Amino acid sequence: MNPYLQLSGVNKTFGDFTALDRIDLDIEQGEFVTFLGPSGSGKTTTLMIIAGFEDATRGAITIGGHSLAGLAPQERNIGIVFQNYALFPHKTAAENVYFPLQMRGVKKAAGLAKAEEMLDLVGLKGFAHRYPKELSGGQQQRVALARALVFEPDLLLLDEPLGALDKNLREQMQIEIKRIQKRLGVTTIFVTHDQTEAMSMSDRIVVFSDGNIEQAGAPLDIYHRPSTRFVADFIGESNLLDAVVTDAEARVAECPALGSVVFGAEGQPPVVDGQEVALLIRPEHLKLSRDPKEGRMNAKMVIDTIVNYGDNALVIGHRGDTQIRVRVPGADVVILKEGEECHFSWTEDAAFVLDR
Amino acid sequence: MAVTLSTLTERRNLWPWLLLAPLAVYLALFFLVPLAEVAIMSVTEPRPGLANYEKVLTGSLYRKVFLNTFATAALVTVCCLLVGYPLAYLMNATTQRRAMMILLLITMSFWTSFLVRTYAWMVLLGNNGPVIWLLETIGFEDPPGILFTRFSSTLAMVHILAPYMIMNIYSVMQKIDRSLIRSAESMGAYGLSLFRHVYLPLTAPGIANGSVLVFVICLGFYVTPVLLGSPREQMAAGLIGHQIEEFLAFGLGSAMAIVLLVVTLIVLAIYSRRFGLDKLYG
Repeated sequence: MNPYLQLSGVNKTFGDFTALDRIDLDIEQGEFVTFLGPSGSGKTTTLMIIAGFEDATRGAITIGGHSLAGLAPQERNIGIVFQNYALFPHKTAAENVYFPLQMRGVKKAAGLAKAEEMLDLVGLKGFAHRYPKELSGGQQQRVALARALVFEPDLLLLDEPLGALDKNLREQMQIEIKRIQKRLGVTTIFVTHDQTEAMSMSDRIVVFSDGNIEQAGAPLDIYHRPSTRFVADFIGESNLLDAVVTDAEARVAECPALGSVVFGAEGQPPVVDGQEVALLIRPEHLKLSRDPKEGRMNAKMVIDTIVNYGDNALVIGHRGDTQIRVRVPGADVVILKEGEECHFSWTEDAAFVLDR
Repeated sequence: MAVTLSTLTERRNLWPWLLLAPLAVYLALFFLVPLAEVAIMSVTEPRPGLANYEKVLTGSLYRKVFLNTFATAALVTVCCLLVGYPLAYLMNATTQRRAMMILLLITMSFWTSFLVRTYAWMVLLGNNGPVIWLLETIGFEDPPGILFTRFSSTLAMVHILAPYMIMNIYSVMQKIDRSLIRSAESMGAYGLSLFRHVYLPLTAPGIANGSVLVFVICLGFYVTPVLLGSPREQMAAGLIGHQIEEFLAFGLGSAMAIVLLVVTLIVLAIYSRRFGLDKLYG
């Protein structure tokens, strides 16, 4: 069976500049997929090509087996929530939500009733007659969401919709969007540069960099088994150490900073003897102690900086020229002092290798 | 502590007034005082009483002139809108370079004194001018005179006032967020319905600002209608000038001026109720 949404060989150039190199991506019906990447990585360009506001230089896009080629944005039946919500200031919340129905020839009474129903669903009961400027940022966001969903689109596109909200509201809206998306079962693409947002909301994350897809996979897959240095660095925090494989069979690498290290994590790429690799150990997989811990790999470092977050702390230290980052539970941080030497330890299955 | 703070803010609050003082004094001496004199004259010349106002408000000639003034101002406003809106749209849609060129052309005629522009129209539309010549060449026998008609004065006023309309609408169009248009398109809005439901309402503030500005300026327009218009279809300002210069009827002229002023203020008040005066200058 063909995937629901398929991008094959999508390429976009502006003069000499290649904005998208060759994007191949399949998305299943009902899936919540996040495009994650720094600004200028091509994620928004891809979204605009799917929406029909930009033309791909090459490549094809199909929804449910039908090509989107030559279809104007009006003909694609795609709901979009823009970064700044793009609500019509001269229309009330209900009129805004009614608009796509109005354009589809739905009569005013029936359309406004449907709009109010949709506003109820996004938690805006009783706000139907307010104008956008009379609504808070979060409420405007909900209206935009209702408006993008009311006409039962084949696809929902969200372009960094939470960027303008403060942290608490953001978390609340993450949960809300996820709830509504699940309830309606609409296939959704969510664009963001915020990795925690991507982690918490997605069925699948597609990591963009320089007009390419670096990696696509389930959030935890990407977190634990990044396929490139860029992904390891961009998603979560990481200690990335240069190393050379000395025994591919026994999975041992020689690392100038730590000495001989066994890399025992699951799902690692195949390596050969003598291969130059990057060794990844996540900061939360390291433990700090005064004395070496039995049953774990140990090394010493000097603590430079302690950054407290309350529930946890980030300890940044160095071993020789190599910076080491460790996440420790907030309760443990009281015994640590900047400038002191201590041991850090990890288990074999916390070490993961990837191509340098 | 609280006391010092409040005196500080009070002192700071005086600053704007101090800065405004020279202008305020100037306005008071050279505008408000003469205006008050006009108001006084309207009830004292030639005899104390309201006879002048009675004449202005009941005399059929004066009523006709005021109605004509309003009709002309409305016509000019509509014409400016019909000419200005598409031009502003073009400026907004085209490249930055072309928009600047159009803007330059518009402002260039704006910089020319409107007396000069009015005389230029006299030359163009006169009996020996190129327009009549053209009409004769393409086969009009004995073409009608165009100069000194309502047509010629309206044409010239539209030319002179259109930049106000264009600039107001253009500045509003420029501020329209592109994502509003895109979002309307994604929801299925095409050309005409997109324009009617989204674009036109979004540009409405520019239309309102431009229209009020043109209408109000037109109500008191003097030079152009006097020089180019039909003597039988005078506008209020022309008639006031007439009364004072030729009949030396200072009282009657003053009364008409006051009535014109009050009417203009009423227009502005209605507008400001609806749209806010601050937007007119913002």
